[in-house]
Amino acid sequence: MSTMADDTLAKLQDICREVFEDPSLRLTSETTAEDVPNWDSFNHLNIVAAAEQRFGVHFRTSEIESLKNVGDFVEMIDSKRKR
Amino acid sequence: MTELGWLPVHPDLSAAITQARGLASAGDRLNAAIALAGFRRDSLATLRIDKLAQEARSEAKPPENCLERRVAILASSTVEPLVPAIRVAALHRRLLLDIELAPYGQFRQAVLDPHSFLEAMRPDFVLFALDEAAALAPLPIAARRDEAETALDREIEALAALWRRARERFGAVVLQQTVLNTRLPLFGSYDANVAGAPAALIDRFNRKLADAAADAGVLLVDIDRQAAWSGRAAWSDPVRWHQAKQAIGPAAAPLYGDLVARVIAASCGLSRKCLVLDLDNTLWGGVLGDDGIDGIVLGQGSAAGEAYLAFQRFAASLADRGIVLAICSKNDPDLAEEVFVRHPEMHLKRERVAAVMANWDDKATNLRRLAKTLELGLDSFVFVDDNPAERAIIRQELPMVAVPELPDDVAHYDLAIAQAGYFEAAAFTAEDRIRVRQYTENAQRNAELASTTDMEGFLRSLEMTMEAGPPRPEDLARVTQLVNKTNQFNLTTRRYTEAEMERLIQDKSCVILRFRLIDRFGDNGLIAVIIARPHPGERKTLQIETWLMSCRVLARGAEAACLNVLADAARRAGATALLGEYRPSSRNAMVREHYRRLGFQPDGEQPGGVTTWRLELADFAEAKTFIRIRE
Repeated sequence: MSTMADDTLAKLQDICREVFEDPSLRLTSETTAEDVPNWDSFNHLNIVAAAEQRFGVHFRTSEIESLKNVGDFVEMIDSKRKR
Repeated sequence: MTELGWLPVHPDLSAAITQARGLASAGDRLNAAIALAGFRRDSLATLRIDKLAQEARSEAKPPENCLERRVAILASSTVEPLVPAIRVAALHRRLLLDIELAPYGQFRQAVLDPHSFLEAMRPDFVLFALDEAAALAPLPIAARRDEAETALDREIEALAALWRRARERFGAVVLQQTVLNTRLPLFGSYDANVAGAPAALIDRFNRKLADAAADAGVLLVDIDRQAAWSGRAAWSDPVRWHQAKQAIGPAAAPLYGDLVARVIAASCGLSRKCLVLDLDNTLWGGVLGDDGIDGIVLGQGSAAGEAYLAFQRFAASLADRGIVLAICSKNDPDLAEEVFVRHPEMHLKRERVAAVMANWDDKATNLRRLAKTLELGLDSFVFVDDNPAERAIIRQELPMVAVPELPDDVAHYDLAIAQAGYFEAAAFTAEDRIRVRQYTENAQRNAELASTTDMEGFLRSLEMTMEAGPPRPEDLARVTQLVNKTNQFNLTTRRYTEAEMERLIQDKSCVILRFRLIDRFGDNGLIAVIIARPHPGERKTLQIETWLMSCRVLARGAEAACLNVLADAARRAGATALLGEYRPSSRNAMVREHYRRLGFQPDGEQPGGVTTWRLELADFAEAKTFIRIRE
């Protein structure tokens, strides 16, 4: 993984720790919503909203629905941060 | 921008929330949530503070001085994500809200159906939150003006019937938010000429809505006007609309919540009543005591002067609408009063200001005095000061006082204060119109009240370090400059050229000290200079011919710290006594008692009010301060 992807993953992990109030939560590229208790559609939107605000990016309608795992999420954020 | 720019930034809000969650007692967690709600927060931090407060509320009794109210939200779009933001903004105002929502899209049924959730809930407030689609049935673009007007009136009348029903059934205060107008122009600016143009219809709807609400005694929450300030594009998020029917996007949630909460708070009588202003670099540019009445920057002729004037106009308009104005400034009291009388560009007239508290005491003490004088609670105060250190002191000492963060330039102060919504009104009465006069009279009646504050905690928290020692060559220019421009805290007002100063520094029999003060807000730079030389007649005695300090660092114990350093240096130079001198000028009345305060004994008086003072170093014990000294 590139340093940028590492940085994005770390920040996304911080966001998820806040959303789920779990300071010890660990995310990897392979983590999926099923792996994390309470990662439902409501919290998914909270994560997306926080990621948009803190990374200063906007996701397309279709993008938010097509994510398979955290690795996809990180890649999507990075593709927008680069621009 | 949709951020809550007037709230201070927490150094690590996320960690503070996590920490607050770990508190054992639910009461402590709730109080922590109330405090954290007062910091600048994005939507995620807002959600977390809400969760913290909600969980604590289920276990703890409401803290003292908190009100509890029930709010029903009748919305046509998805508003669940906005509810935490309303609760947290209310929490910041010590208002604990129980919020319930009508089922999605059923705002009419909720009011009309006698068995709806409202019956059991008995709300104190009912908020109607309609989006564009629900507010108005579609009209053809080619509709004539009279057709459009008829359609608009019909919608507004139907809505007004719901307002009446909500009030009759529950005695609730009804709130109606304007419709966020995100319809795009079809004709450009020419939309305004086309009655059926979609954007024009919503504008017209909002105007009629405001009139109808005013007639019906319904409180308007004007989100569309607020969105025009911060950008409608930042408020609405079409992706969220398509995905989850959210008319207001998550980024704008904290600001939206604040708008709703401030109207509810206003209706509960919790709006602020008094605006307390600093003087130097807030109402004018420059330092009155040093620059003089003729030297301060105010009024026509310079951009900066006009910016201060514009801010004064804003403050005066607030006074006109019934907000009480007061002054709290570290300044000479007579001089401060004189500016109002003598400066031709002062737009803010003295009679518009209910009380002036100008002296050299700390501002927490002075705000307490103002509260007593004006017979107002400190929780009704907004304190405006350009100095970040003063703002931090008041936030710490008097957390009930609202202290807005301010932009760097006074040109933006008025907007910052207006955006904070401190003075949100639920009425404008005849009494408001005459209030300022009433407070002025009360203030004159109430004499000066003594009050003390425990400053120790605050001084400790400043983490002050004083760098003291003889001037280095690179300090020479700045030391000379400070000596020659300081008027107020200057015992003798002696002036020196750079060459004279250089000779003094080289003279080994003299003690010359310069001091810098660093605190956790930053470096205050060079703040004091002391020059002492051997007394011509008395052996082993040093005469202090100059002692001056910058007024920025008053009331922090810096004087005592300087004396500790001086006494040490004098002993090392073989002296056993210090002689001080006070020579009155038109500006330095504040230091008349300087030497007495530091423990010197009176040692004679000469014509013209010159006094001399003596300190035996054998008797001198180092004064306690909260300043660390380093060479």
